[in-house]
Amino acid sequence: MEKIEANITKAGGYTGTRMSKDKLFKHVMTFGGLSVIIAISLIFVYLASVVVPMFMPATMEPLVRHTMPGATAETTVHLTAEEQAEIGVRFTAEGGVSFFNIADGQSRGEARLALPAGAKISSFAAGDLAQKAVAYGLADGRMIVTEQGFKVTFLQDTQDSSKDIRTIAPSLSYPLGEAPLLIDDAGQALSKLTVQHRGSETTAVALTADQRLVMAAFESRENMITGEVTTERSSIELPMVEGEIRQLMLEVKQRDLYVLHGERFVSHYDVMNKREPKLVQTVAVVPEGQTATALTILSGGFSLIVGSNTGAIAQWFLVRDDNNVNHLTHIRTLKPMGHAIATLAPEHYRKGFLAGDIAGNIGLYYATSNRQMLIRATGSDPVLAVGIAPRANAILVQTGNAAVQTAKVDNDYPEVSFSSLWQKVWYESYQEPEYNWQSSAATSDFEPKLSIAPLTFGTLKAAFYAMLVAVPLAVMGAIFAAYFMSPKMRSVVKPSIEIMEALPTVILGFLAGLWLAPFVDNNLAGTFVAIFLLPFSFVITAGIWHKLPEQITRRVGPGWEAALLIPVIILVIWASISIGHPIEAAFFGGDMPHWVTNELGWTYEQRNALVVGIAMGFAVIPTIFSIAEDAVFSVPKHLTTGSLALGATPWQTLFYVVLLTASPGIFSAIMVGMGRAVGETMIVLMATGNTAVMDMSIFTGFRTLSANIGVEMPEAAVGTVHYRLLFFSALVLFAFTFVVNTIAELVRQNLREKYSSL
Amino acid sequence: MRKWFKDGNPWIWMTGGAVALSLVMVYAVVWMTAAQGLVHWWPKPVAETTFTERDGKNIRLIGEVRKREEVSVIRLRESGYTLDTQDKFTHRYLIKQGNRDITGIDFKWYPGPLLGEFTYPQNLIAVERREWGHLYGHLKAVKENGTVVAEGEAAWPALQERLARSNALFKEILRIEKKDIGKVNYAMERLRLKERKLALQNKLSAADSTEFAQQREQLAGEFSVLQERIEKLRGEIARDSLVAEVMEGQQVDVPLAKIADAIMPNDMSVLQKTSHYLTKFVEFIFDDPREANTEGGIFPAIFGTVLMVLLMAVMVTPLGIMAAIYMREYAKPGPLIRIIRISVNNLAGVPSIVYGVFGLGFFVYFLGHNIDQLFYAESLPAPVFGSPGILWASLTLAILTLPVVIVATEEGLSRVPSTIREGSLALGATKAETLWRTVLPIASPAMMTGLILAVARAAGEVAPLMLVGVVKLAPSLPLDGNFPFLHLERKFMHLGFHIYDVGFQSPNVEAARPLVYATALLLVIIIVVLNLFAIRLRNRMRERMKGLEGV
Repeated sequence: MEKIEANITKAGGYTGTRMSKDKLFKHVMTFGGLSVIIAISLIFVYLASVVVPMFMPATMEPLVRHTMPGATAETTVHLTAEEQAEIGVRFTAEGGVSFFNIADGQSRGEARLALPAGAKISSFAAGDLAQKAVAYGLADGRMIVTEQGFKVTFLQDTQDSSKDIRTIAPSLSYPLGEAPLLIDDAGQALSKLTVQHRGSETTAVALTADQRLVMAAFESRENMITGEVTTERSSIELPMVEGEIRQLMLEVKQRDLYVLHGERFVSHYDVMNKREPKLVQTVAVVPEGQTATALTILSGGFSLIVGSNTGAIAQWFLVRDDNNVNHLTHIRTLKPMGHAIATLAPEHYRKGFLAGDIAGNIGLYYATSNRQMLIRATGSDPVLAVGIAPRANAILVQTGNAAVQTAKVDNDYPEVSFSSLWQKVWYESYQEPEYNWQSSAATSDFEPKLSIAPLTFGTLKAAFYAMLVAVPLAVMGAIFAAYFMSPKMRSVVKPSIEIMEALPTVILGFLAGLWLAPFVDNNLAGTFVAIFLLPFSFVITAGIWHKLPEQITRRVGPGWEAALLIPVIILVIWASISIGHPIEAAFFGGDMPHWVTNELGWTYEQRNALVVGIAMGFAVIPTIFSIAEDAVFSVPKHLTTGSLALGATPWQTLFYVVLLTASPGIFSAIMVGMGRAVGETMIVLMATGNTAVMDMSIFTGFRTLSANIGVEMPEAAVGTVHYRLLFFSALVLFAFTFVVNTIAELVRQNLREKYSSL
Repeated sequence: MRKWFKDGNPWIWMTGGAVALSLVMVYAVVWMTAAQGLVHWWPKPVAETTFTERDGKNIRLIGEVRKREEVSVIRLRESGYTLDTQDKFTHRYLIKQGNRDITGIDFKWYPGPLLGEFTYPQNLIAVERREWGHLYGHLKAVKENGTVVAEGEAAWPALQERLARSNALFKEILRIEKKDIGKVNYAMERLRLKERKLALQNKLSAADSTEFAQQREQLAGEFSVLQERIEKLRGEIARDSLVAEVMEGQQVDVPLAKIADAIMPNDMSVLQKTSHYLTKFVEFIFDDPREANTEGGIFPAIFGTVLMVLLMAVMVTPLGIMAAIYMREYAKPGPLIRIIRISVNNLAGVPSIVYGVFGLGFFVYFLGHNIDQLFYAESLPAPVFGSPGILWASLTLAILTLPVVIVATEEGLSRVPSTIREGSLALGATKAETLWRTVLPIASPAMMTGLILAVARAAGEVAPLMLVGVVKLAPSLPLDGNFPFLHLERKFMHLGFHIYDVGFQSPNVEAARPLVYATALLLVIIIVVLNLFAIRLRNRMRERMKGLEGV
C-alpha cells in the first residue's frame, strides 16, 4: 500500500505538474484549433474587405470656401488643378492665370498671358484636359496656345535626411511659341473658339465677329537632321448653320467637330480631312420647348454630354451604322439635376463629369455606369464654373460671388454599378448595347468594359456541359457500384475512382487542349457516333449475354457486368472513330467542322464546349460518384431484403425502394459536383479559347470567372477597379460553392438521420 | 425476352456501362500519358524522303516521322495543297525536320500523297543542339580550328571523341557561371544592401565605407579571375566543329560548343538505344531546362515542387491536427461546432483559384508588403516578401489543404473506440495523457493519410500557384549554398505549372509536346503513388480499428 502511494506521489498525483500539463495541453489545442478556424473565416472576411469599398458610395469632404484668388473682377473661364491635387488653377477671360492651394486657398503665384502689343483677347477655349493646352482667341483673328506647367523639385529636408520636401513651382508655357497663330485669314475677331493640341497636331475652329466659321490646322514636323521644326498651316471656312452659335467643341483626335446652335441643336462636322470638312448632320439634342444649356465632351473625345434648362443630362455619341455612316445618337439619360444646368466639366482620364446648376447645386456623374455619384449644394448662387483635379480626387467650384470652393473627393470606383456589371451597356463607338468584358487597354481614351455577365454565363455554360457528361455517368455508375457490383470488383473500382479524383486538373486540361481537342476536331462525326452508340451497345450486349448458354454466363458471377462491358466500350469507340470519316465523306461533304461552319453557319472553334464538357465531366465524375455511392450503399439492408422477399426484381427494388430513399443523397452529390465544375480553373483555361462570348453552342468556347482570374489577376494593379472586380469574382465563386456545399451537407446529414431511424 | 426487359435487366447493364466507361476514361488518361511520355527519350529513326512542292518541284526531306493521321482532303486543299485525288480523306505525316535556324519551323505536316518513299540511310545524324533545336543531316566532316581533321567513315568516331571533350568543357563553364560567379554576385548584392541599411539608419561611418569599398574591390577581383577563366575555356571549347549536309543540300558548319549530343539513330542497336534512353531520362530528371523550357530537363520544377510541398506539410500538419483535436476532443458538442465542421468540410469544395486570390491579396500584398516596410527597407522599392514567392505559395496551399488534414484526422479520432479512452482514464491518466499516449498513436495512420492526401493535392494544384509564386523560369533555386541557404522569398518552378506553361504558352508547342507528356507522366506517377499509399494506409487503419472495437 505504501508502495502504491509512493508511486502516485512520484508520478505527481492528480495535482501538481500532471494537472497543469493537462491544462496546458487543453489550452494549446483550443488555441490552435480556434486560430485555425479563425484563419479560415479570415478568407471570407478578407475577400469581402477588398470587394466592399468598390460598392461604397462616393464621398466628398465638406466644401471649403476661399476668397477668389487673382483678379476678382475678371470672369473665370476655366478651373483645373495639378496632378497631385495640391494646386488649383484659374484662368480668366482677360488672360489672367492664378495658382492657389486647394486646401487653404492661399495664392501660389499669378501669371498673365504674354500678349503681343496691342492685342486684345476676345475668346477662350480649353482643349482636352489630359493634353493641358488652352487657347485665347484675339480680336485680330489670331490665337495663342498656352499650357500650365508644374515643375516638381525634391529638396532634402535639413532635419530628416530620409524625407524629401516636394515643392511645386507653377508656370505658363507656350507649346507653339509665344507668337500668336493666325486663325481667320480675314483677320476678324474670334468671338467663339475651340482648340485641340496633341502631339504635333493642332486644330482650332472659331466663330468670327462677322458670323463665319473658320478652321485652321497646324502640323509641325521636325527635321531629323537639323532638329528644326517647321509648321504647316492650312485654313478653310466651314459651312454655317442656322441660329446663334453658342458653343464649339472639337474632340481631341481632331476628327469631329460639334457645334451647339439655336435653342437645341448640335451639328456634327467631319473635319478629319482638314482641307475638306463636311457638315454631316444636325440633331436636336433636347426635346422641343427645352434649351440645351451646357455641352461638354468626355475624355477620349467620343461622348458629348448635354445639359438642358430643365436640369436633364444626356450622353450622345457617334454610332456607326451598317453602311459605315456615323450618326450622333442619344445613348443614355442620366439622373437629372433639379435646375437648369449651368456648366459641365469632364474628368481628365475617365468617363466622369461634374455638373453645376443655376441653383448652386453640383452633381458628380459617371457616364458608362449611368450613375449620379453624389449631389451637393454650394449655396444659393448659380454655379459659374467647375473643375476636377486630374486624378478626380478634388473638385473646384466657383459660384456667383467672388469665392472659389474646393473639396477633396473620394470617388475611386464609379465604373461599378448593377447595370454596368450585369446588363447590356452601350459603350463608346459600339453599334449597340452589349455585354462585354475588356478590363484594360493601353490608351487613356479607352473605356473599361466590366460586364461580369459574359463571364458568369461562360461559367454556367462550362458547368452545364460538364454536368451533362458527369451526372448520368456518375449517378448510374454509383448505383451499379453500390448495389450490383461484386465486392471484389468494388475493391478495384473504388481506388480507381479515387485516383480519378486525385488526377491533377492541369493534366486533364493539357490532354483536353493538346490531344482531345485536335482529335475531336479531326473525328467530329466519329465522336458523335460514339456518344450516340455507347448506351445502345450496353443494352445490346445485355441482350446477347442473356441469350448465351448458361454454361458460359455462369462462369462470370453477378456483379461483373461492368467488367464485361469494358472491351465492348473500347470496341464501340474504335468502330465509331473508324466509320466517322466515311460518314463525314458521305453526309458532310468530307469534313464535318467545315460543314458546320459553311452549311449550318455556326461558329466552330477547335477548343469548344464539347471538349471542355468531356474533360471537366471527367473531373467531376468522381466527386459525384463517391457521394452518390455512399448514399445508395448506406440504404438500410432490411429495406432491400424486404422488397426482394416480396418478389420484386433487383431492378424494381432499386428503382422503387433504394433510389427513392437515397434520392436526397444523390441530389446532394450533384450539388457538390456542380460546385466543383463552377470553380474549376485549369481545364477551362487550357481547353477553351477563353473568349468572353455569350452563346450556348456546343462548338464555341467561353471564358469563365475562374479562368479570367487566373489570366488577369497577376497583371491587375492593386486597389484598382479591375483588381477589386477580380476579387469580387473570387468572392462570388467562394460564396456560391460555399452555399451549394452547405445545402448538400445539410441534406446529407438529414438523410443520415433518416437512415438511422429506419 | 420481354420479361427480361421488364425486370429491368438492361438498365442494370446500363448502370454497369457507366462504371465501365468511367474506368476506361481513367485508365485511358493514365495510359495516354504513360505511352506518350515514356517514348520521349527513345531514339527515333530519321527518315529521308522527297516532297513535291506546290510548283511541282521535288525537294528532299530529312526528319523524324512523328505522327500519321487521316485527314479530310478539304482541309489540305484549304491550306493550299493541290491533291490529285477523288477521295475525301487521305493521310498526312507530321515530320520533325529540325534545323529551325534554316527552315524556320521544325515541325511540319505533309500530305501523304505528295511524299515519296521513306528510306533510312545509316549515316544520318541527329544532333541535339543547345540552341535552335535539333539538326538532322548527313555527317560530312569534323573540323579543328577550321581545318578538316576527319572525313567520311572516320568522321563519326572523331566526332564522338571531340564531343565528349567539348561537353566536359561546357560543364565546367556552366559550373563556374552558375556557382562561383553566382556566389560573387550574391555577396555583392548583400554588401550593397548592408551598406544601404546602415545609410538608412544613419550609422554609416567613414570607416564602414572604406571597409565596404575594400570588400567590394576584393569581390571584383574574384569576379575578374573567374571571368578570365571562363574566357579561356570558351576559347578552348570553340575549337572543334562538324560539317553536315542538311535537307536542302547545303553544308552546315556547327561548332561543337553548341552541341549537347549527337547520335546516328538509324545505326543504333537496341542496347545502344536503351543506354541512350537511360542517359536522356537521367538528364530529364537532373538537368536544367533549355530553349524556353522545350528541351533539357525539369530539375528545377521537381525541386520547386518538392520543396514547396515540404514547407506546406510542415505548416499544415500541426495546424490541421490541432484543429481536429480541438473539434473532436475539447469543443463542446452543439450547433456551433456543427456549423464549424460543415464549414471546414465545405472549404474542401471551394475553388482553388479563390485561395490563390486570397493568398495574393492577403499574404503577398498585405503581409509581404508590411514585412518589407519593417525589415527590408534597404532593398525597397524592389520587393522582397512583397512579391509572390515560395513561402506565400506554400502558406496558401497549407490553407487549401487544411480541410483535408482536419477531416482525415477527425475521422481517425472518431474511430478510436471509446473503450480505449475510458480504460486509460480509469487507470488514472489525465485527458492530455490519454490523448498523447493512447488516442493519438492509434489515430496516427489517419493523420498520415491526411498528410499524404494533402501533399498529393498540393503537388497537383496549379491555379492558385499561378498567382502566388510560380514562374516559368526561376533564375535560381530557393535552396542553395549561399547564406541563409533557404530563400523563402524566391520564386520557384512547379511541375504542374511547367505543363501548363510549356504546353500552352510556349511558341513551339509541337516541339514541347513530348516533354510535356513526360512531365505529366512524372506528375501522374507521383500523385497516383501517393494516393495509393494513402488509400492502403487508410484501409489498414480501418481494419485495425474494427479489430480494436471487438476488444
